[in-house]
Amino acid sequence: MEALDILLTASFWVAAIRIASPLIFATMGELICERAGVLNLGIEGIMTVGAFAGWFTVYSSGDLWTGVAVAALAGAAFGLLHATLTVPLGLSQHVVGIGITLLATSLTYFTYRLALPEVTSPPKIEPFQPLPIPGLSEIPILGQALFSQTPLTYLAFLTVAVVAWVLYRTPLGLALRAAGENPSAVEAQGISVSGMRIGAVMVGSALMAVGGAFLTMSAFNSFFFEMINGRGWICIALVVFGSWRPGKALIGAILFAAFDAYQVRLQQITSGVVPYQIFLMMPYVLSILALVLVARRATYPKALMIPYQKGER
Amino acid sequence: MRLEPKPAPSLAATLLYPVGAVVATLGFAALLVLAAGASPLSVFTLVARGAAGSQFALVETLTRATPLIFTGLAIAVAFRAKLWNIGAEAQLYAGAVVTVVLGTGLLPWPSLLLIPVIMIAAMLAGALLLLGPALLKTRFGVDEVVTTLLLNFIMLLFVSMLLEGVLKDPTGLGWPQSQKVIAEAQLPRIIQGKRLHYGFVIALAAAVAVWVVMKKTALGYEMRAVGHNPEAARFAGIPVNRVLMKTALLSGGLAALAGFSEVAGLKGNLTLDLSPGYGYSGIVVAMLAMLNPLGVIASAIFVAGIFVGADAMSRSAGVPSYIADVMVATALLTMVVAILLTRFRVRWR
Repeated sequence: MEALDILLTASFWVAAIRIASPLIFATMGELICERAGVLNLGIEGIMTVGAFAGWFTVYSSGDLWTGVAVAALAGAAFGLLHATLTVPLGLSQHVVGIGITLLATSLTYFTYRLALPEVTSPPKIEPFQPLPIPGLSEIPILGQALFSQTPLTYLAFLTVAVVAWVLYRTPLGLALRAAGENPSAVEAQGISVSGMRIGAVMVGSALMAVGGAFLTMSAFNSFFFEMINGRGWICIALVVFGSWRPGKALIGAILFAAFDAYQVRLQQITSGVVPYQIFLMMPYVLSILALVLVARRATYPKALMIPYQKGER
Repeated sequence: MRLEPKPAPSLAATLLYPVGAVVATLGFAALLVLAAGASPLSVFTLVARGAAGSQFALVETLTRATPLIFTGLAIAVAFRAKLWNIGAEAQLYAGAVVTVVLGTGLLPWPSLLLIPVIMIAAMLAGALLLLGPALLKTRFGVDEVVTTLLLNFIMLLFVSMLLEGVLKDPTGLGWPQSQKVIAEAQLPRIIQGKRLHYGFVIALAAAVAVWVVMKKTALGYEMRAVGHNPEAARFAGIPVNRVLMKTALLSGGLAALAGFSEVAGLKGNLTLDLSPGYGYSGIVVAMLAMLNPLGVIASAIFVAGIFVGADAMSRSAGVPSYIADVMVATALLTMVVAILLTRFRVRWR
């Protein structure tokens, strides 16, 4: 019974939405890339860069929103590198993506050690504080969960709405989706497929980096090595789980985060009986299960991972 | 801009771009060294000296190259068939776990029997670990990149659970580490008193064996055909899925040998930091070798040298040793561009 009572507490749902926030940013970022036809496996490293860049900007006496902007710019820069190699040069998106993750991660660690050679424990910043929305945040459970979060969480939800609107309601979104489905049709309209894809990867990578920055600037207040801990890979699974649709991916991220928040609490109840590692494995196991579950009816963007050369076919 | 295939490149052209890739990598590293306030030339000298400047340095580099040869071979085999195995890290730990389970006294056999049995069992464990993602790929169409990556995290937690549970060394003062393997399960040292062990010789033999499989057997031909164009391979009557299964078994088995050799040859026991990312560095090793099994030996020694040299340099010059990871990652990216440029000409407009 105790295990079910958890689901009725506000603190559980507050935690679930908080855990979901970085996943929402990064999942939207990956979704944009893949919708344009580019698999971005740089996600794990780009989130690491974002986590560091945002935190370090604030630490060096920057303001919080400047930190978010710097994180986004740093993400976009790695996105540009990824896109240059995979779009006009058409190199393997698998190899380049892993390479970007290795490069971004190691550059972050190098910079961290260079900037803070002497510290043993990473310095703390004053992170984003919860900003309860008057009225709405007083609604029991649901209101508390959704409307007593930090501004970055609100931004995450806003991002989903903007991504969905742009993708389905604007000519830009149509062109972007077509670049991932039928690139020659885009070219026939006089729109550059390469331009669409490079732009999508840059914007997507910026969002991934903001997702990373959420961890150091809102969920926690300092930067640790290996703090992304596979979240990027989980987001790739969430994109598939969400059938490349922003709304569905959002629901997937929240479900996933709720499960994660739940296992932490369950862990406390069952402490000593079940090894804690079993609970820590759950997010990764769940991601694999989710992939298997939807794989049969997954409709990948048709041109995903297929480089496009002008004038071919 | 567009890419046009080049006519068969000359030997000079084939070498030009990879050398360019190395130069570009060094150039980028030099910028980072300057940012760290040191002189690139003296730092590079220190790295080179730390990697190969003395007998001690050379032995250390070859020791570090040993697991990288295994994981590099694992990746080279898999990538050749376009099976994107990013899970060599997990397969390495699977091999290490099996080595510890069988090697700490469970099988009281002489070395000549025990070591081959452990090797085969370790390879089986790694092979089976990759068979799962390979089956999910062929049966359900689940992308193996994500599943193998996620398995790395699952495997590390599993090892952590074992090291705090059934495999915990009761005399380990509470540290999460396993017992040492018995003397019969240890690979002897090549030179008495030096860290280099017979795992290195096994790695060289494995590279030759993989080269033979890739170049001289029907399986190797089929793997290359599947990697080149699965549709055409299927049309030509090659059982694509079965070839992918065999590739997975071979690749997973090779990566597991890295774990076996680190435990049985170097560390003696299993800890959570057995591998500082050898599974991931193996990707770079394989790509630098252009997926050639014999080339893997050279590129593994090169990558190991950068790591060992940077460690030594970092102690004296104060440039963070993460510069080695940056160089290795940069080398991967510049190398794939170099390979492209040897085959294609970039035409602007």
